[in-house]
Amino acid sequence: MEKTSSIHASDINIIRKKHMRLFIAGLILLALIVVTGTITNYNHIDGLVSVPAALQWLFANMYFSGSTLSRLPTVLRLLWETVLISIVSTTTAAFFAMLFAIVGSKRTSVNGFLMYFAKLVASISRNIPVVAWALILVLSFGTNAATGFLALFFGTFGFLVRAFIETIDETSGDTVEALKATGATYPQVISKAVIPESMPQMFSWVLFMIETNIRSATLVGLLTGTGIGYLFDLYYKQLNYEMVSLITLAIVVAVLAIEVVSNWIRREIL
Amino acid sequence: MNVETLTRPEQTTGKKTQEVVFPFPEEKADDTRQADRNKPVIMEISNIDKSYSANKKVLKDISFDIRKGEVLSIIGPSGAGKSTLLRIINRMIEPNSGSIRFQDKDTLNMKGRSLRNMRTDIGMIFQHYNLVDRLSVFENVLHGRLGYKSSLQGIFSMYSEAEKEKAVEIISELGIEEQIYKRCDELSGGQKQRVGIARALIQDPKIILCDEPIASLDPNSSKIIMEYLRRISRERDITIIVNLHQLDVAKQYSDRIIGLNDGSIVFNDAPEAITAESINRIYGSKLDELIVE
Amino acid sequence: MSTYVDRNSKGNIKISRPNKGQMRFRILLIATVLFTIAGFFMMDYKGLELWPAITGTIENIKDMFLSPQFNQTTFGNAVWQVIVTLSLAFLSTVLGAVLSLFLAFGTAMNLSKPWLSNTIKAFITVVRAVPTVLWVLIFAIAAGLGSVAAVIGMVFHSIAYLVKAYSEAFEEIDEGKIEALRATGSSYTHILFHVVIPQTKSFLIAWTFLRFEINFGVAVAMGAAAGAGGIGYELFMSSGFYYDMNEVGAITYMILIVAIILEVIANKLKAAA
Repeated sequence: MEKTSSIHASDINIIRKKHMRLFIAGLILLALIVVTGTITNYNHIDGLVSVPAALQWLFANMYFSGSTLSRLPTVLRLLWETVLISIVSTTTAAFFAMLFAIVGSKRTSVNGFLMYFAKLVASISRNIPVVAWALILVLSFGTNAATGFLALFFGTFGFLVRAFIETIDETSGDTVEALKATGATYPQVISKAVIPESMPQMFSWVLFMIETNIRSATLVGLLTGTGIGYLFDLYYKQLNYEMVSLITLAIVVAVLAIEVVSNWIRREIL
Repeated sequence: MNVETLTRPEQTTGKKTQEVVFPFPEEKADDTRQADRNKPVIMEISNIDKSYSANKKVLKDISFDIRKGEVLSIIGPSGAGKSTLLRIINRMIEPNSGSIRFQDKDTLNMKGRSLRNMRTDIGMIFQHYNLVDRLSVFENVLHGRLGYKSSLQGIFSMYSEAEKEKAVEIISELGIEEQIYKRCDELSGGQKQRVGIARALIQDPKIILCDEPIASLDPNSSKIIMEYLRRISRERDITIIVNLHQLDVAKQYSDRIIGLNDGSIVFNDAPEAITAESINRIYGSKLDELIVE
Repeated sequence: MSTYVDRNSKGNIKISRPNKGQMRFRILLIATVLFTIAGFFMMDYKGLELWPAITGTIENIKDMFLSPQFNQTTFGNAVWQVIVTLSLAFLSTVLGAVLSLFLAFGTAMNLSKPWLSNTIKAFITVVRAVPTVLWVLIFAIAAGLGSVAAVIGMVFHSIAYLVKAYSEAFEEIDEGKIEALRATGSSYTHILFHVVIPQTKSFLIAWTFLRFEINFGVAVAMGAAAGAGGIGYELFMSSGFYYDMNEVGAITYMILIVAIILEVIANKLKAAA
């Protein structure tokens, strides 16, 4: 009990003030929850009830009948298409993002104007939501893979530029200086110092984005009528819940498989 | 902005007290020193001023000569401008005014190809070695040849056999030939710094700049590195300019010491000429702090 | 000369001897490039006429960004819809954060038992694997399309994200500080509220705000794709229903401005943490 005896009156005051502040912060948060709940017509009790109901429903529909299973090949084909779009859009975006990140990082930038230009382009491209890209592109490109590819490409590009700039800033400051001091040219510095140093971490970001994009691709597909998202929407509207469960399960398996592979790559290679 | 923050001061300031009383064994005086006084001047630095912000000058009216083959130490408290001065010599940092003559040319007007040519004549080694960790020792050493190549030759690692033979020779001379294919992140600090020296040597430089080369090393590795540096100056007639914050090391290995305090040269003479009074001028009140702590 | 160097068949010295890891990485990179090229040929482009599509899109983007204008809706209503979307994002972030905090106590290795930590992690991995839009639509079967399904669906993903971030922050707490309190006989909840939370407070706030930023984007998407209302629904209507590019542009500008403001705040909080 030595601890209590060493607390002074002034300390108690501080503690009281701290509690007071915490209490007020909690009150504000609570008020905000009520206000935002009213704005959006959100009902907390309905929300709570829906969780067990939905999960129960999901599992109840997991005993697949023969007719559902016979559609499995179609599900797998569209799943493959979705996975393909996710991977290809990520890797393509990564290539362009690398060029922009080299120009955009303060360590490797050619000049200030280009640096801010690269950052601005990346910021606009990532802050326009993927849905907006999808809705704009589908009008001219129509319901095919190119729409999904481009929508994911723009969002991924913007995100990866930011991630790659951070990577270059973190990994290659010192070596850039050393190679410049030997009289190396700019392309030599980039190819001999920046790229070897930052490649593994950049690849790790690419893996992360592939995982994310499989989920985004489902959303884009739903909006643009392509891939597995389209199939989900189709059966959802037909109230064919067995198919909905099957498709959900297929997506979960695909995402988990990609995660297992990318974890293996991170552990064994990077 | 202060330059010292660029070179990660947390790694140096913490250990300062220990490093002032550097446990180097006393050695007999180096009698090659006297001869150096008559060596030709290869670089003239005059009236260099540098400031990063309007009201704070990092370097004030710096002028001195650099002689061929000498070991020149630059000492002073952290924040004195040592690191900036070193980087102005190879134009990694641009001074605000002044002039530098090197091999009868004004280096401050150089651009593009001629600037890169000038840099190939000046090697540089760093406190944190600045090696590309994921590449082999061999590749890192060969980076020293990039300044002699076109961009494409460099990107595709088109090194001649003669260059590779030369690299192997230097690597062997520095005693790291067993590590030649190892990735640099597998090496100890002392070995990394030897790779750094090899990278500078293969440039075939007239001058090697050393920015706190032993600040991250243990005493034993430090001794090896300093001895290599001195040997390089004696055997190859290459000028070594070294930033140090350990006075003992500077006294033991240099032919000449320049003391910087708050951006000005306050001492420029042979190590024997250093007195308690001049130490006080270099380190100011900071020395007391260092010793008392 | 030296016995330490490798030479190729022509007697030239090799400058590197790639180890197994480096070889694998090279193969991985080459495989990725090849897969990407092959992928372009494998994708299904049925019905695509590339040139009209590109010119059409450029035309649309020009209409959007050079002459943004509200036609079907008003600026005032659009602002209100942005507030609705922000509210959805706020609700799902806060509810997700509270639940995540408790789950993260169970997940952090230094505060929990391995079996509990692994169970929660497995649960979260599965939750994360389902796209948010599917969660929302699944909950909509029980609760009907609307804000309830949207918020609950977004809470699920917020939890998956925040538990990982929180528990990693907890795991970095100095073990000694926890031990010191344990030695005084403090209870588990005491340790949580006197060491763990104060020590990691700024991290928790930064990560939570980052999730809020993400949830804003998600809420826009849910409005467009899953009947959650808000500015996303307006976007969907003006592009998919009215084909009004000028209005799409105006709405996109609004979303962009809010998103950039949120990103700047999130970056500031992250830098301060």
